[in-house]
Amino acid sequence: MRRRDQRLMMIGAAGAVLVLAATLTFAGLRDSVVYFVAPSELAEKAEPGRRLRLGGLVVEGTVRRGADGAMHFAVTDGAVQVEVRTDQPLPDLFREGQGVVAEGSWRPGEVFEADRVLARHDETYMPREVAEALKQRGEWKGDAPP
Amino acid sequence: MIAEIGAFAAVLALMLSLMQGAMGLAASKRDSRVQATAAIAQSAAALVLFAFVCLIALFVRSDFTVATVAANSHVDKPLIYKIAGAWGNHEGSMLLWSLVSALFGAIYASARGKQGLGLWSRAVGVQGLVTAGALIYTLFLSNPFARLDPAPMQGSGLNPLLQDPALAAHPPMLYLGYVGMSIPFSLAIAALIQGNADQAWARALRPWTLVAWICLTLGIALGSYWAYYELGWGGWWFWDPVENASFMPWLVAAALVHSSIVTERRGSLASWTILLSIMGFGLALLGTFLVRSGVLTSVHAFAVDPQRGIAVLVLLGVAMGAGFGLYAWRAPKLAQPSGFAAVSRESMLVWNNFGLAVAAGVVLIGTIYPLIVEAAGGGLISVGPPFFNMTVAPLLAALFLVLPLGPMLTWRIGDARAALLRLAPAAALALLTLIIALASTGWRAVPAIGLAVGVWLIGGGLVYLWTRMQRGEGPPLAKLAILPLAVWSMTLAHVGAGVLTIGAVAETGFRSEQAVALAPGEGVAFAGRRVTLLEVGELDGPNYTATRANFRIDSAGGAQTVSAERRFYPTAPTPTTEVGILSGLDGDLYIALGEPVRNGGGAWAVRLYHNPLVHFIFLGALMMALGGALSLLALARRSRSAT
Repeated sequence: MRRRDQRLMMIGAAGAVLVLAATLTFAGLRDSVVYFVAPSELAEKAEPGRRLRLGGLVVEGTVRRGADGAMHFAVTDGAVQVEVRTDQPLPDLFREGQGVVAEGSWRPGEVFEADRVLARHDETYMPREVAEALKQRGEWKGDAPP
Repeated sequence: MIAEIGAFAAVLALMLSLMQGAMGLAASKRDSRVQATAAIAQSAAALVLFAFVCLIALFVRSDFTVATVAANSHVDKPLIYKIAGAWGNHEGSMLLWSLVSALFGAIYASARGKQGLGLWSRAVGVQGLVTAGALIYTLFLSNPFARLDPAPMQGSGLNPLLQDPALAAHPPMLYLGYVGMSIPFSLAIAALIQGNADQAWARALRPWTLVAWICLTLGIALGSYWAYYELGWGGWWFWDPVENASFMPWLVAAALVHSSIVTERRGSLASWTILLSIMGFGLALLGTFLVRSGVLTSVHAFAVDPQRGIAVLVLLGVAMGAGFGLYAWRAPKLAQPSGFAAVSRESMLVWNNFGLAVAAGVVLIGTIYPLIVEAAGGGLISVGPPFFNMTVAPLLAALFLVLPLGPMLTWRIGDARAALLRLAPAAALALLTLIIALASTGWRAVPAIGLAVGVWLIGGGLVYLWTRMQRGEGPPLAKLAILPLAVWSMTLAHVGAGVLTIGAVAETGFRSEQAVALAPGEGVAFAGRRVTLLEVGELDGPNYTATRANFRIDSAGGAQTVSAERRFYPTAPTPTTEVGILSGLDGDLYIALGEPVRNGGGAWAVRLYHNPLVHFIFLGALMMALGGALSLLALARRSRSAT
């Protein structure tokens, strides 16, 4: 094989890999992006099978273990309250009255099924999506830490 | 007083770093100037070290008049975590960043070796400016020595999740890796200014790329291990923005480790190596930005401070603007590389670099895509594990498929047929793995392919070792002892990649978990074992109280006990989980203790996980790091025998 052909072959192969990677990337971004919603937006944004991140404050007194062993709690943004059910363990820093992000899916008339629950990780941290949602609803108390 | 002395030392160090930058870039050839430049670099490093020691002293003495100490320490904390507290927070970690940058600069300045004086001097100068930038940021935007008035009687304590040996070592290790990328960056800028990137330049570059890559490997592995046993749900990798922030520089550093070999041995790929050095440092800075700005929601979640984030972004802009600008202007003037065939050691290393760079690019897109969408008004989104699993995994699998070919080919022109024939046993073993895995898992293709790829890597490494043993006279086993260190280091790192792949695939594909309610004396069958809760009791730790549950595990191999805890730190609002892990040859049995079940008659909520081959993940990472360390040793030996 001549040197030029070899070079062309390598560039061609590299181009093919690049195209494949780009295709995968765009397909992935289209299909596996998870949208963030506040409880009051849930009804309008939820589609069957679409993964969502639900963010808000955990309503005081709603955290309980169901008969099936799963944890239940309610999340609010001040306007709408949504019941969340999860099989997964709650993070160590999960607390009533605090910000939380639950990732999973929801159908009208059912509870939000979360397979991942994120809580804030230190004294001053609030998941950013929760802060945004609360700000939009005017429920924001006190600004971010100094 | 200590705080003021520390701050003063840091300011002096900043002055010296700026001087180091000016003198280094001026690149005077006068002997006295050269010595002065090196001395300034060493003094700057000594001063930052002194400032850092001051900060540690403040933490050890629990001086709550200092804001950082008050926010992050507590009188009752064990001494080791008081010390670790010095870098377990934003302000202290930025001082650590400056310290590592200054120390690396001083070490580089002290060992000139055979590189040209101009190149050495300019690299020292650029490194001085990097240190100065870090110190400016530390002193003006996150001063660890700032006083607090009025001072509290007690500190608010380190997050108990972070009170852990692996996590005490994780940030320094990661920072050694991040900041380790600054020396290749300085060398790349110096080479562009000089208009020369020859083999001697690559020789100076190689140990630093290795140091950065080894530290990143260990730092990521430590963080992953911590997440695995501390967060209480058995995860070791989440494709979280903060993890991606360390994974991207790791990928680029891995590419750089390989491309700098080509530049050193053959003189080719010089401008690509320069570009990688710039990008690697850019990604390390971007990592700092992502972690420190809180622009992305993360399971790790650090302090949210847009102003600091913007400052890091400005530093990133300056460094990358200068880097890429110089590159566009000067790189075309660099000497043209010598050629190589489409099948050769060089071309395989090009493929390696191509694969790693594309993977880093994909991770970058996935990580910053939420920022782009939000900036474009598309709402808040997150990109999760499914995206990365479907993009990065196939890319790395493709890379690993061609990897074993690389070492089997010679430089310039390789013989693909001969190499493939030699690799036939490894390929057969991988195929056998594929068939067995497919048949025994109900035809699940993805994990089976992953396992086969891992076996192919390990087999390929062993075939390479065997091929090297055949060379020369004498019995093969005797030659094992005299094989060059470089052969061992490459084999170990590649086999380590295979071991890690097998662990990651097995853990992800075949893990099982079960949530149960157990009263003392009750047991449950799980993953081929019987798990019995023996008793639950209270106990006191140094600065916490805990509920401890003891379990008996009966398996074919006999009975063993393991305990899991829930710890209550008075300084923290919620309990933390200390899982019980029973490691066996086939993986870990992982037990997390929950709360007592309401109306459950003394039963406790317990989660059981079986994580098959999870220790392969950490073992593989360790083997890769060890491979890097051997390569470093080989370089040190060679430079000693050359002088």
